Amino acid sequence: MRTEQARAAGLLAASAALLVAAVLVSLAAGAVPTPPGAVLDALRGRGDVGTVLTVRDLRVPRTLLAAAVGAALGVGGLLMQTVSRNPLAEPGLLGVTAGAGCALTVGVLLGAAASPAEQLALALVGAVAAAVVVLAVGGTSPLRTLLAGVALGLVLNGVSLGLRLATPPEVFDVYRFWSVGSLAGREQAPTTLPLVAIAVGLVAVVPLVRSLGTLALGDQVAAALGTRVGAVRVAASGLVALLAAAATALAGPIAFVGLLVPLVARWAARGSLALAVAFCLLAGPVVLIVADVLARVALPVGELPVAVVTAFVGGPVLILAVRRLARGEAR
Amino acid sequence: MTVVVRFGPVSARPGVRSLVVSSVLVVLAVLVGFVSLSRGAGWDPPSEVLGAFVGGGGSPVVVLQWRLPRVVAALVFGAGLGVSGAVFQNLTRNPLGSPDVIGLDAGAHTGALIVLTTLGGSALSLAGAALLGGLLAASVVLALAAGRSSGAGLRLVVVGVAVNAMLVALNSWIILRADLEVALAGAGWNAGSLNGVGWEDVGPALGVVVAVAVALVLLAPAIAQHDLGDGLAAGTGVELVRLRRLLVVVGAAASAVVTAVAGPILFVALAAPQIGRRLAGAAGTPLVPAAATGAVLLTTADLVARLAPAGRAVPVGVVTVVLGGLYLMALLAREVRTRW
Repeated sequence: MRTEQARAAGLLAASAALLVAAVLVSLAAGAVPTPPGAVLDALRGRGDVGTVLTVRDLRVPRTLLAAAVGAALGVGGLLMQTVSRNPLAEPGLLGVTAGAGCALTVGVLLGAAASPAEQLALALVGAVAAAVVVLAVGGTSPLRTLLAGVALGLVLNGVSLGLRLATPPEVFDVYRFWSVGSLAGREQAPTTLPLVAIAVGLVAVVPLVRSLGTLALGDQVAAALGTRVGAVRVAASGLVALLAAAATALAGPIAFVGLLVPLVARWAARGSLALAVAFCLLAGPVVLIVADVLARVALPVGELPVAVVTAFVGGPVLILAVRRLARGEAR
Repeated sequence: MTVVVRFGPVSARPGVRSLVVSSVLVVLAVLVGFVSLSRGAGWDPPSEVLGAFVGGGGSPVVVLQWRLPRVVAALVFGAGLGVSGAVFQNLTRNPLGSPDVIGLDAGAHTGALIVLTTLGGSALSLAGAALLGGLLAASVVLALAAGRSSGAGLRLVVVGVAVNAMLVALNSWIILRADLEVALAGAGWNAGSLNGVGWEDVGPALGVVVAVAVALVLLAPAIAQHDLGDGLAAGTGVELVRLRRLLVVVGAAASAVVTAVAGPILFVALAAPQIGRRLAGAAGTPLVPAAATGAVLLTTADLVARLAPAGRAVPVGVVTVVLGGLYLMALLAREVRTRW
């Protein structure tokens, strides 16, 4: 037991160290690379004015956004996988973020997405609707649910793209990022409300962890242990939708982070849901910050949408997960 | 009830219903194509469109040089995609094992993009690279998904989804990395579009699709045996390994040539064979109804895409993705109770 605790503590410390390293790299990397010493100086407001401006007003907010979105996607994915007992469940792959994005697009078209509150509400409605449809079509099979999610995601993204192309460009100029997830320039938009929503969602997970942990044992065992199964399930699903909607409102649809992060977190946590949540809170930001750094330096000029990076990194993880799942089912 | 159709040494015994359905579908496709010919900024009266053909008025340049190549492309590409889908669905014995799902289209797009951005690329090298990329992607997916355990069909699709996601990401990276002009040309067919398709694009593609059709007619008896199961096919003298390889290449050629010209037009290859099969009431996944349905689907989707307000070009790929995705959802919802 002691060694188990020591292992968990070591892994947590390592994740935290990784997070710090990722944040430092994210502050240093960009179109104009900044050496680490200059970054630290700039954070304290010293050194070259341009560097101070770049680091404090652009890179710090952007890194914070990446961290928040990463945490939301990671924890959201873990919650969704726990509630549906489906190791492939992920808001991005299951079309939930696409639903949020599509609702936002329709909202812009109807002129109903003016304030951040309206945008968040629209994204939430879209996320919930998409999740309900996918889970209804998918039934109990993890693979079929995933397929239904991918199909719905394609449909919704197609609708968004079609609407975007069929209307005057000015209408959608500001909202282009909702078709492909990106963090570029997002720190300039109003971000307070979605950030608060993410914080609320992440805090609300804490009291749910114990009852969610019993769900993994099966509904009957969970009920016998005193868990109100239906209520816990609804609450957790609501949190998944909230986290996914807020992340989409901030950065647009980003897939695979919610698959990749919980996969690693559950391996590290060895069955403890509380530990897994903690790992997701640390690893989600790491993954998205690193992906965002790659997105910044991948092109000679300009940037790659971060969702492109996560898709490229996440594809192999999905293949791995499917092959493991298939082996488990065959056994 | 069946009838025997003979062309020299080749004979076929399609069901009467299959024959009737296919003929009706072909007529329907041509009719939709004709409606599409009369669609410009507004609608032209049919007499003017007909007039353009016989030289009695109307505007021959607009109808014959601008609109006709696009309509012919929609008919031919739709048929090509339908056939390609049917070939792969037969091969994998899986309604979801179509080229757009198993990464072939995305791979073909990658191949075409690489040639376009590095070599500049003639139509021929584009098509060749598309074929190569498509074959490579499809082989990787088929190899990764191989296995005897239950749920192999769905595993194929999920591996395809993963490889697709990676290739699409790679493609957008290539496009964004490229010079602006190349990138604009590439982005044009990123979503699958028939905008600006001219006769010089349609000609070679038409040749490939016809060649594919001839190859399939020659292979038809072996394909029919293959449909009966591996054991029976091998027992009646079909070289299964060789047949499968040939079919992969032929099926890939049909959809790669479409991708090389128009970009990845998704879901026609998935939906057309299944719709055609149900309409024809056939046991396997017959090729001719699949081709006819594909032509109807793509011409209709292109017509829908062109109904957008003037100057706002909606790629036909967007329309097929929306319609086909909904169809796939319906397929999944219906099969909840039956398989997997």
